[in-house]
Amino acid sequence: MTTAQVNSYRTGPDEKGLFGIYGGRFVAETLMPLILELEQAYKDAKADPSFQAELDSFLEHYVGRPSPLYFAERLTEHLGGAKIYFKRDELNHTGAHKINNVMGQILLARRMGKKRIIAETGAGQHGVATATACARFGLECIVYMGSVDIERQKPNVFRMKLLGAEVVPALSGSRTLKDALNEALRDWVANVEDTFYCIGTVAGPHPYPEMVRDFQSIIGNETKRQMLAREGRLPDSLVAAIGGGSNAMGLFHPFLDDKDVEIIGVEAAGLGLRTKKHAASITGGKPGILHGNRTYLLMDDDGQITEGHSISAGLDYPGIGPEHSWLHDMKRVQYVAATDKEALAAFQLCCRLEGIIPALEPSHAMAHVMKIAPTKPKDHLMVMNLCGRGDKDIFTVADILGVKL
Amino acid sequence: MTDRIECRFADLKQKKRAALVTFVTAGDPDYETSLKIIKGLPKAGADIIEFGMPFTDPMADGPAIQAAGLRALHGGQTMKKTLKLVKAFRAGDKETPVVLMGYYNPIYVYGVEKFLGDAKAAGVDGLIVVDLPPEEDDELCIPAMKAGINFIRLATPTTDDKRAPAVFKNTSGFVYYVSVLGITGTKAPDLKSVERNVNRLRKHTNLPIAVGFGVKTAEQARAIARSADGIVVGSALVTAVKDSLTKAGKSSPRTVKAVHSLVSDIARGVRS
Repeated sequence: MTTAQVNSYRTGPDEKGLFGIYGGRFVAETLMPLILELEQAYKDAKADPSFQAELDSFLEHYVGRPSPLYFAERLTEHLGGAKIYFKRDELNHTGAHKINNVMGQILLARRMGKKRIIAETGAGQHGVATATACARFGLECIVYMGSVDIERQKPNVFRMKLLGAEVVPALSGSRTLKDALNEALRDWVANVEDTFYCIGTVAGPHPYPEMVRDFQSIIGNETKRQMLAREGRLPDSLVAAIGGGSNAMGLFHPFLDDKDVEIIGVEAAGLGLRTKKHAASITGGKPGILHGNRTYLLMDDDGQITEGHSISAGLDYPGIGPEHSWLHDMKRVQYVAATDKEALAAFQLCCRLEGIIPALEPSHAMAHVMKIAPTKPKDHLMVMNLCGRGDKDIFTVADILGVKL
Repeated sequence: MTDRIECRFADLKQKKRAALVTFVTAGDPDYETSLKIIKGLPKAGADIIEFGMPFTDPMADGPAIQAAGLRALHGGQTMKKTLKLVKAFRAGDKETPVVLMGYYNPIYVYGVEKFLGDAKAAGVDGLIVVDLPPEEDDELCIPAMKAGINFIRLATPTTDDKRAPAVFKNTSGFVYYVSVLGITGTKAPDLKSVERNVNRLRKHTNLPIAVGFGVKTAEQARAIARSADGIVVGSALVTAVKDSLTKAGKSSPRTVKAVHSLVSDIARGVRS
């Protein structure tokens, strides 16, 4: 593992799509020309001010950005340490940060003349966001979702259908998010002419990790601006939950070169890191190749991918974005984990103290905030990415609490 | 000349017929049955044996080969056992080329150098690794060729004349032309488009071209054999394995025979 010092943590990936040894383009030959076409199209769009202007306009008027940076006063008092701010990305249209990336990719798909959009989804948030944008622009939308996830996320499945998307169950393998990704890739291989694959996280073959990061970086850029306006200085620490890692990367990336900002990613420890029932790819996995990139993965000694487990369907992916793997090796970002139980406790505390029902994903970030905030001085500014709202999770939570709805 | 793949294609060229390349998944449905299946393949008419290295997430494969991989994994198949199978086959057959086909992660985790050494020692002649396009040649392709193992490339309908030189730059053995846009074993290939594409690719390479993905019957094989140097049959064979299994998913007395008789049938198509 490389630990050489770098001048900037924000210049990756290189022209081969690598962050250190992570990332790359590990795809079948059929897809290679499409990946190269996408890379070029994204480069062109990035250099075109009219593309950014169109995206900004939709983010403001349709998504509802900027999202507030909110001082969580009662949580701060309760924990008795750091001054805690929430970046309120749960207030976006469709209820999570996923739409930031989807708007970017769908505008790019339109620019490329693609009429058919495919996506994978775990908890359903990315699927709902994609179905939403496709409805808005009159595009055909097919969402692949593991049949196990379809069962545990029924409200989101219905939402996608209302929005006109076709939800296709992934019946192979473990029938969860990783299998939905496999099915989406299989669809793409079979429909190369007219199809755009809208990946929901900072993973997959180059240029996806870079592109999704760029679209999500609006979270960190706004946070920087808002914190400077509120407190006159940068935050001291950032905390975000990580499945594939797109909300975290969006918050972290603009701060990577601000070396005094402590950055912490929180993976899902499920039933505990000592059990096999977790989804902590960095804390409990090792480097391998899946879904087009090299990154930390959960697998057995023979290189077979194992299933992630988490109370949160959005976190139980056995991999993580390759840039996170690199930031871990470089020790720029600290990766920790929170269990199902800790996340559930944080979920309940947030409801009671702040009047906000968070999604189970950011509840993992909050669980870590609860651990470290009390150890910090009162002038320590801590930002937690509240990346999704918890309406979709009330059934899961009710079930665990033994409440019949 | 020790390269079995080169010898085999040269020999068949003299006989003026295409090669029948058969794909089965290593360890499907269990180690012993799998060994019996491959041991009998040459006699049944297979000219080259492709052996699938099972992987949990085979993103270019259709339901039939996905299921075969999972059966093998449930049966306890590992990369070590796959190499052991090749070794056991090689003990009784010095001529038939064996090509391992699969995905990069199990090889990467095994360790590239160790894998290449063990594979060479077991008698492996070539590798087809679906998720390693030319852009990732430093990973395995270059080391494999240095170790004396052919790195066989997949060419697809999206491999246009602009991209072809990159695809054929570092490769040997033969070219595996994927005849359909899609995953294994789903769509039937359009014969005219196959012929057109095979002839187009010949402008870029002198290597033999084998055609696969979707070839299921003796008739298809016969038709494709007119323009190609080889025909790959895979999903149809692993489906024959599946259909022969007991209700509990175990191998039955019919399993080995089911595969061999289908191979014989298709071999007659290729040879006629």
